[in-house]
Order: sequence, then structure tokens, then C-alpha cells
Amino acid sequence: MSSEVRSRALPVLLPSAERLRDAALREREIGTPTWRLDWSHGIALLTAFALGCGIAQAQAQPADSSIFATIWKWTPLLARGFVFNLAISFMAMALGTLAGVFLGFAQISLLRPVKRSAFLATHFFRNAPWLVLLFYCMFLLPFQVTLFGVTVPIPDWTKATLGLALPVMANVSEVVRGAIQSIPTTQWEAAASLAFNRRQTLWMIIFPQCIKRMLPPWMNLYAILTMATVLASIVGVNEMMTLTQRALSAESRPGLLLAFYSYVLLWFFAYCYPIARWTVRLEARYAVNQ
Amino acid sequence: MNPGSSSAVPGSNRETIVELHDVHQSFGDVEVLRGISFGVAKGGVACIIGPSGSGKSTLLRCINGLVPIKSGSIRVADFDVHALETDQQKIALRKEVSMVFQQYNLFPHKTALDNVMMAPIHVLRENPKEVRERALALLAKVGLATKCDAYPGELSGGQQQRVAIARSLAMRPEVMLFDEVTAALDPETVKEVLNTIRELAREGMTCILVTHEMRFARELADEVLFTDGGLIVEAGAPAELFDRPQRERTRAFLSQIL
Repeated sequence: MSSEVRSRALPVLLPSAERLRDAALREREIGTPTWRLDWSHGIALLTAFALGCGIAQAQAQPADSSIFATIWKWTPLLARGFVFNLAISFMAMALGTLAGVFLGFAQISLLRPVKRSAFLATHFFRNAPWLVLLFYCMFLLPFQVTLFGVTVPIPDWTKATLGLALPVMANVSEVVRGAIQSIPTTQWEAAASLAFNRRQTLWMIIFPQCIKRMLPPWMNLYAILTMATVLASIVGVNEMMTLTQRALSAESRPGLLLAFYSYVLLWFFAYCYPIARWTVRLEARYAVNQ
Repeated sequence: MNPGSSSAVPGSNRETIVELHDVHQSFGDVEVLRGISFGVAKGGVACIIGPSGSGKSTLLRCINGLVPIKSGSIRVADFDVHALETDQQKIALRKEVSMVFQQYNLFPHKTALDNVMMAPIHVLRENPKEVRERALALLAKVGLATKCDAYPGELSGGQQQRVAIARSLAMRPEVMLFDEVTAALDPETVKEVLNTIRELAREGMTCILVTHEMRFARELADEVLFTDGGLIVEAGAPAELFDRPQRERTRAFLSQIL
């Protein structure tokens, strides 16, 4: 559509078309969570890391091992923690997406009570601080449940996953609602004129067209979630951040602080940066094809 | 075009399939339709002309129940459109009345062939194999046999519009509504779409067209209705209305565009 418009548009209109497009892009960016990593952030992190290593080395006692040897020693443990972060992010994303798609559809329900309560749930969980939701799940859920005489323990990481899945759910719900409503009403009219019912129209005509539009914000959300998984350290889950704190207290060298924490940041950057670049590329591609 | 049918008054010698009586519709305070009455005989072609904002498109959308009416009655075949309440009833009506839009409104994520096949398979629940054969035949009929696997984005406006016509025809409707189907096309492609509609009309499909193509209306229509301000100002056979308009408003409109 847009390429057609571009080729047919009068050249005299192009400057204002450009302005309108930029305005629309800005508007959309405000509406959806965006997280724009670029390579300069990586350089900044590396600089911080180098600076941290320098400080650590300068403050080292003669008996201490070198900063790189220390970091290397702890890396296997930290990597295990990082894998745990990723596991939490995968599960929270899957859970949140599933519930979020459901909630998003409920938001456009024709039944007023369903629509209202889906709207309230979405906006409550979208606007509540992630940490508060995490604390709620940590301390309000029991540490074990007894079902039909079988006692099932609920480990902390499960609760943390649940706590992170809630804001994901709310954000996915908004992404789904926004995508569905961004499909022109003429598509609904065309479907109605061909005697499709509402359910068929949604599933066969509207939703398939939404997937392209939903993918970039969804991936953005995933990158944000991955970075938020370190919140679980506050409630005592053994993820990378918690393990870093343990490593630091075991070493008991205050000089290591900056080096270790920027090292952790580098890990997250290395994971999230490709996702962010890929998102940008997808957005550009779909913007042309729509 | 045989001269006998062009002067026929709809309903006089053939069964009336679409009948509107005193239809009113308003959006908020704006009265869009202020008492529209007309009928279209089975196999007849009615062309609605008039200035923008005179309620032409709304009128068409009322006929297939996309837009509810405030008062009056619309009858299409055996359906009392105004009385349809449930979705099922509206769906039953829309199986008989199909609509083609100004902006084509093809489903962009489906190929031309899939666009044509979707509704018969999922709405009419017909055998996919038979539907496929019919769809291929319809696409060949509108001159797009080679474009079956193209997506709408890869087709020109005129081609998209012909796919949209084939898509509507695949439902085997009794009545076809055309809402300014050539208004978004460039002059060269207008002809290919008009040829398709001409062929349809000659095969006996009941057509109601909202159009700005006066030559086409004159050639094809059994009756031309000139609307302005939500009213039918003047109606009649094309020869009469175009050559000897009775009302001052009609004369003014025609002198502007002819």
C-alpha cells in the first residue's frame, strides 16, 4: 500500500508526507514500549568495564590475583546464573503472551462487562511497577499447595516467573488490541459483505494481518523483560545478579564492584543487542510492505 | 442493449428483487437519507448518480445491512433488511447481496485465488475442490487467469478491483452492489473494470451501481437515479434523464459534469 502511495503521490506533497510520517512514527513510539540499543551503548559499556578493571587492578593488594583471573574464576558460576535469567525470561514471555493474547481479544469483546474488566486488568498490570508485582507474587503466593492430598512446593523462581509474566501479559494485551484496531475498518466491511461472522473475520482475516505489526513491539517487550529478570535477585532467586553479589562478598574486595557489575551488563548487552537490531530491521521491512 | 429493456420501468414486467420504501437514515444530527424509495427488477441495472455527500454510498450500505436504517423498509428477495436482528439473519442476507468497494478491500495476506475461495469455503461450506475450479474460472472470466498466485499488493488497482468482483461473484449472489468501483482507478484501467461489469449485467445479474461514469450509466442502466441531499431528485430511463432532465437541480448537475 505505502509503496503504491509513494509512487503515485505528487512530488509536491512529499515534504509534508515525510513530516506526517515522522509524526506518526513518534506517536507510535510513545504508545508502545521501545528499547533502542545501538553499538555506541556497547562501546560505553566496554569503557566502563575497562575503567572498572583499571580501578580494581590499582586497588589490588600484592597478594590478590589479577582482576581478569578473578573474573574468569567466577565466570562459570555467573554464566549458570545467566542461563537461569534466560529460562525465566522464556517462561514469563510464553506465559504472558498466551494470557496477553487472550486478554487483548477480551478488550475488543462486544460484551461490555468482558471488555470493561479486560480493560481494567490490562491497565492495572501495565501501569503497576514491575517490582511491586514481583513482591506481590513472592509473598502472597504460598510456598506450597496441597492438591488432592499431594503437596506440591512452589519454588521461588516459579513465583518470580509468574510475577514477571503479569506485566508482560498486560503489555501483550495492549499490543494485540492496538494491532487489531489498526487494521482498517474497510477490512471488516469487506468481510461482512462476504457474509463472514465476527469470529471468522477476527481469526481468518484480521488477526493474520496483525501478526506482522505485533512482532516488533513483542520483541521489544522481550528485550525489556530479559533485562527485568534481574529484579528477581531482590526476592532471592539464584540468578546472575544474586550470584554476582555472592561472588563479590566472597572476594570481599570493594575495588571489584564496578568491574563485576559492568561485566554483568556486558552479558545482557550481548544478548539483547542482536534482538534490538533484528527488531529494527523487521520494523523497517514491514513498514514498506503494509 | 436492446431498446425495449432500456425504457422498461423496473417492476412493471419483471419481479422486483430490491425494493426500498421511504428509507431514512441519519448520523447524529445529520440526515443522510430523507425518504428514499425505489425498486430494482430482477436482472435489472440501476445506476445512482449525484454529488458527493448525497448519501449514495450510505444507501448501498443500507441495502446489505452494513448500516442500519432509522425508518422505512428495505426488501431484498425475501429479506426484510430493517427487521434483521441476529447476526445469522444478516449473514443469510449477505449471502444473497454482495458488495464491491471503491478501495477494493482485498485481504492483503491472501493470494488472488485465496481471496476468491475464502468465503465460499468458510461461509457457504462448499467443497474446496469445486470452489477452486469455480474460482479459477471466475478469475479467467475477469481476465486474470495468470494472476492467481499474486498477492493484492502485487496487482494494479484495476486488477485488484477485478479480483474483488470475482470474489463477490464466487458467492453466487442474487444482487451485486458496486460502490464507485472505478473512482480510485486511473482512466486506462477504468475500462477493464467496466467491461467486466458490462458482461455481468448482460448475463442477467441484478446490479446497483453508484457511479460517476455517466457514459457507462447511459449505456447500461435500466434506470438512473439522481440523488441529492438524501433524496431522489429525479429518476428515469437514462435516455430521458440525461437528455431531457425535468428538474433544475438535475440539469445543473449534469451540465457540470457532462
